[in-house]
Amino acid sequence: MGFAEIFRVALESLLINRLRSILTTLGIVIGVGAVIGLVSLGRAVEAFIANEFAALGANVLEIRSAAPRSPTRDRVEPLTTLEAARLANPTIAPSVVQTATSYTLFGQVVAESERTTTTLNGVSANYAAVRNWQPLLGEFISEEHVRETARVAVLGLDVVETLFGSRDYNPLGVTVRINERSFTVIGVMSQRGGTFISEDNVIFVPISTAQTRLSSARTRDGGYRVSTIYAQVADETLIQTATQEISAFLSEAHGVVFENEQDFRITSSSDLLGIVNQVSSVLTIFLTMIASISLLVGGIGIMNIMLVSVTERTREIGLRKALGAQRGDILTQFLIESTLLSLLGGVFGILLAWIAGLIGTALIAELTITLSLDAVILATTVSTLVGVFFGYYPASRAANMRPIDALRFE
Amino acid sequence: MSQANGKQQAGKPVIDIRKITKVYQMGEMKLTVLRGISLQIYKGEFLSIMGPSGSGKSTLMNILGALDQPTSGEYYLDGVDVSKMSDNELARIRNKKIGFVFQNFNLLKRTEALRQVELPLLYGGVRNRTARARQALEAVGLGHRLDHLPSELSGGQQQRVAIARAIVTQPAVILADEPTGNLDSRSGTEVMQIFQRLNREKNITTVFVTHDPWIARHTNRVIMLRDGKIVADQRVKQPLNAGEAERPSEAEELQGIFEATYFGGSKEEYN
Repeated sequence: MGFAEIFRVALESLLINRLRSILTTLGIVIGVGAVIGLVSLGRAVEAFIANEFAALGANVLEIRSAAPRSPTRDRVEPLTTLEAARLANPTIAPSVVQTATSYTLFGQVVAESERTTTTLNGVSANYAAVRNWQPLLGEFISEEHVRETARVAVLGLDVVETLFGSRDYNPLGVTVRINERSFTVIGVMSQRGGTFISEDNVIFVPISTAQTRLSSARTRDGGYRVSTIYAQVADETLIQTATQEISAFLSEAHGVVFENEQDFRITSSSDLLGIVNQVSSVLTIFLTMIASISLLVGGIGIMNIMLVSVTERTREIGLRKALGAQRGDILTQFLIESTLLSLLGGVFGILLAWIAGLIGTALIAELTITLSLDAVILATTVSTLVGVFFGYYPASRAANMRPIDALRFE
Repeated sequence: MSQANGKQQAGKPVIDIRKITKVYQMGEMKLTVLRGISLQIYKGEFLSIMGPSGSGKSTLMNILGALDQPTSGEYYLDGVDVSKMSDNELARIRNKKIGFVFQNFNLLKRTEALRQVELPLLYGGVRNRTARARQALEAVGLGHRLDHLPSELSGGQQQRVAIARAIVTQPAVILADEPTGNLDSRSGTEVMQIFQRLNREKNITTVFVTHDPWIARHTNRVIMLRDGKIVADQRVKQPLNAGEAERPSEAEELQGIFEATYFGGSKEEYN
């Protein structure tokens, strides 16, 4: 008997027991659906996070002071405005295009009757450009504001909401009091970040104002301290080179001899992205493994039902053998039945995952869940193998039945 | 004695078994079911194998049907020695040479009549299956029930589907195990008529296994089995034509053996 005919016989048997076939398939549907769904969800989350980080500027290095790791040094030389300026010099750090600086402190803001405590960020004029963050209303801090230590402020959206009750309020020209000094609001920043990282609870002022009027950030040699230097690198591929250049320059400037004596840290958003991605992919793998268990359970379900089916159809098997079915014919028929069940489960599982993805995409605006082809191929292959693997034992039981015993079976 | 009619003796026997024994090993015990049976059946014969329960007639039937192998002895089916064949070879032999009809029909559930009859052709790798299956169903008078399911057919019609399935491969012999055992007397007569007609018109060799003397009287030759041996092999003088004679009632068959009636219905009921 040819394969095509055995296939037809197997298909007919499945159709005859339609309800049972569907119920048996359910385990695989759920297993495959869960695996593909979770893998797709994991991918979507990774893509979303990558997207959020890309908005933060993947080609920007952030340099901050930090305690040395080595116990041989506990002195921390502050980062200064001068160092930031020199890092922008192409002969010192050729990979760095420009540097922005910020000097951060906390402060109390009062507008009319509302008050709040927030981050005061004194920044250089090119901060907005380097960090790829533009104002929504009005203008950002300019070179002139920095030169004149102007008392102007640009508000983050969260601050606007706290002080004026609504994110839609236009506070341009309003005078607010920051740490008991009057500032004129000249701009409102656009929303920055989304679900995971929000930077909207902030007030920007000119860095010189923060260093002199709001605090005293003078250093011993007459310069000004900064909290963070943002170094914009020409290209993402140059991140490594730039890190080395900056590290070399600052080590010399701060008198660092050994690497673990460094009193600064250079981080990039791609470092952070890497960590977050690692976490999310471990999470995805973990969830996928749990989902795989349901696939395994589904496979055992198929074996169970096929065993029941073989016992129940003992007489049928006896009859087929009496009519001339050979061992291989019966084996193949039952293997095809279990594989078809499992494969069918796989197909419906893919469908289930696809629908779940559509629903998820519709419900969570930030995520775009799409079926990845490799997950589909993997699930199809795995579900086929599950069918063959868990179907083999029942099939061989059927194939090895002696026709007289099978015919006599009640 | 062991031959049927003269004109059919001339050829080779369709079934030729020689000194067949069958011993079952039941743990420590050996159970001998067949004790050296020899039998020749010729083309076109219609015979019954009779015997009480435990006489070994089912075992003999299984061996004749190539469903089981004898412990010793030889079995030539249509000239081929089948007593030493492998399982797969036996399957092929069953497919080509033997048509089975069972007491309980053994039809596949939820499968149309035409598909049931196609089944042996499917396993035989035969082309033109639908046309041949339709012919076989027409031969048993079911040409108008091709797409009926077993549940939509009467018992007699189901057994006729089974007969069509048995003859569709044009086997050397049809083995029927109590083929009328599950049928009421009218359907039983119908089925019997079909067997007789197929035997007469198409010269199909047919072997019945039965314990019913009335059924045996419709065949041409009766072999009696007792305790694993053939005790009689006789030709029927005047085989009955199914439907022509009325089956005697139990009362008639047992007439004259009773002393008195102690308990029973009214007198009218017995007349």
